[in-house]
Amino acid sequence: MFISLKRIIIGGWVSFARNIGLNVGTIFVILMAVLLVSFLFIFNIAAGDLIAKIQARVDISVYFKEDIPPENIMEIQAEIKEIPEVKEVSYTSKEEALSNFIERHKNDPIVMESLAEVGDNPFLPSLNIKVMQASQYEQINSFLQESSFNDSIEKIDYYQRKPVIEKVFSVTNSINTSGVIVSIILGLIASLIAFNTIRIAICNSSEEISTMRLVGASNWFIRGPFLIQGAISGVFASIVAVVVTFLASYALNSKVLLITGDISILKIFLGSFLTLFFIQIITGIGLGAASSYIAIRRYLKI
Amino acid sequence: MILINNVSKIYPGHNGNEPTVALEDISFKISKPEFVSIVGRSGAGKTTLLKLILAEEEPTQGRVFFDKLDVHKIKRSELYKFRRRIGTVFQDYKLLPAKTTYENIAYVMEVMGATDEEIKRDLPQILDLVGLANRAHNFPKELSGGERQRAAIARALIHRPDVILADEPTGNLDPYNSFEIIRLLVKIYQMGTTIVLATHDKEVINTLKRRVITLDQGKLIRDEERGRFVL
Repeated sequence: MFISLKRIIIGGWVSFARNIGLNVGTIFVILMAVLLVSFLFIFNIAAGDLIAKIQARVDISVYFKEDIPPENIMEIQAEIKEIPEVKEVSYTSKEEALSNFIERHKNDPIVMESLAEVGDNPFLPSLNIKVMQASQYEQINSFLQESSFNDSIEKIDYYQRKPVIEKVFSVTNSINTSGVIVSIILGLIASLIAFNTIRIAICNSSEEISTMRLVGASNWFIRGPFLIQGAISGVFASIVAVVVTFLASYALNSKVLLITGDISILKIFLGSFLTLFFIQIITGIGLGAASSYIAIRRYLKI
Repeated sequence: MILINNVSKIYPGHNGNEPTVALEDISFKISKPEFVSIVGRSGAGKTTLLKLILAEEEPTQGRVFFDKLDVHKIKRSELYKFRRRIGTVFQDYKLLPAKTTYENIAYVMEVMGATDEEIKRDLPQILDLVGLANRAHNFPKELSGGERQRAAIARALIHRPDVILADEPTGNLDPYNSFEIIRLLVKIYQMGTTIVLATHDKEVINTLKRRVITLDQGKLIRDEERGRFVL
């Protein structure tokens, strides 16, 4: 048993080394598949980060009547915080709202003039609420309207923002769904191409395989070295893939940063290096060995 | 040892062609040890007969026994065990192109589970016997036709099988190399192995003066103890 295993492994390695030209081709196609998987892996993390960032910007604001004292609002804030779906509640006083507004529009003379014309501080104290999931905004909204402090509320801007909130969530959801679908389709195509290349390589050895059968080799003794060859190609492909992924992340990092603001693919690569390498090596070896296994079956029938 | 019992093999016709009758109701017996030549023109059914013995093909009718074992009842996944009892020499050598002469011959021993020590002990002897000691580390494409055929014989012989099936082993060789190969097969037979030689080489058969089974168009027309090539 052990001696056969040793011979299968050595046989696989020797065939790999002697057919290096053909195997470089196999490594190349497996590399394409592994790179695709790596790209989708990084893309999914980056898209997830981006979606989380967009979602974090979505909130609803509750404006209170002018005469409600800050202490009451604080109490309401504490009460809202108790709701499990609520992630964050922040209080903005009348004065803060005014200074925020001035800060934002200080370079716009028309707005500043209009503000001066109003004279008084026209802003209302408010609570800004963020929840865990988009679908929960509706619940929070009804909770606020049915609450005991509904009388103190001047307005809730949920309805004004509702279309925007829903749009953001439908877009991010469809990015997620289409990401998964595209990943599956591209993964399948890449696997099929890798499989076909290996199939053609094994087809060249069909005569050899039948000779092996005729001189009394068991199926595993024949199949083994081919699986080992496929797996070795997979290992080489994943090593090259790691290097290529690193170089690509390094080269494209600044451009992606420019587009997305603060999403660094280099950071994602380094942060999930072990997981990514594990995925790459499993994809590479799996694709190489599984393709060989399936491709060789028909030649073992003699 | 080998019993061919009313065997027929018919290949179905394709695209409206007539089916081809390769063998028709063949019966004979080979005892141990024996040197049997199967002769006939090309297309007489010699190769088909050897393929049936090796279970490479199934008979359309009849049965083939190897030591009371019906070879076509053996499960495909178990066939390799049966084939280890037979050594086969093919007309086109069928050496593994990516292995050296030494590795090609050692492969059969590896298949049988022989230890590295046994391989190191037996290989040089067999290479000497077939005269390929100095070609051990050459690949098949670097050998001449005669050398390839001798390597194939060494491979068929190395695991001391009960029978060697040799299908036109001299088919691609010049007369000098042909006689070398036949001399080698006779030597192996004298050491106690049954040889089944399929050939259409008249010279070879007439020098052998041993049992000859003659096939013509798939039929067994003659089976003589000290036969000659007569067609």
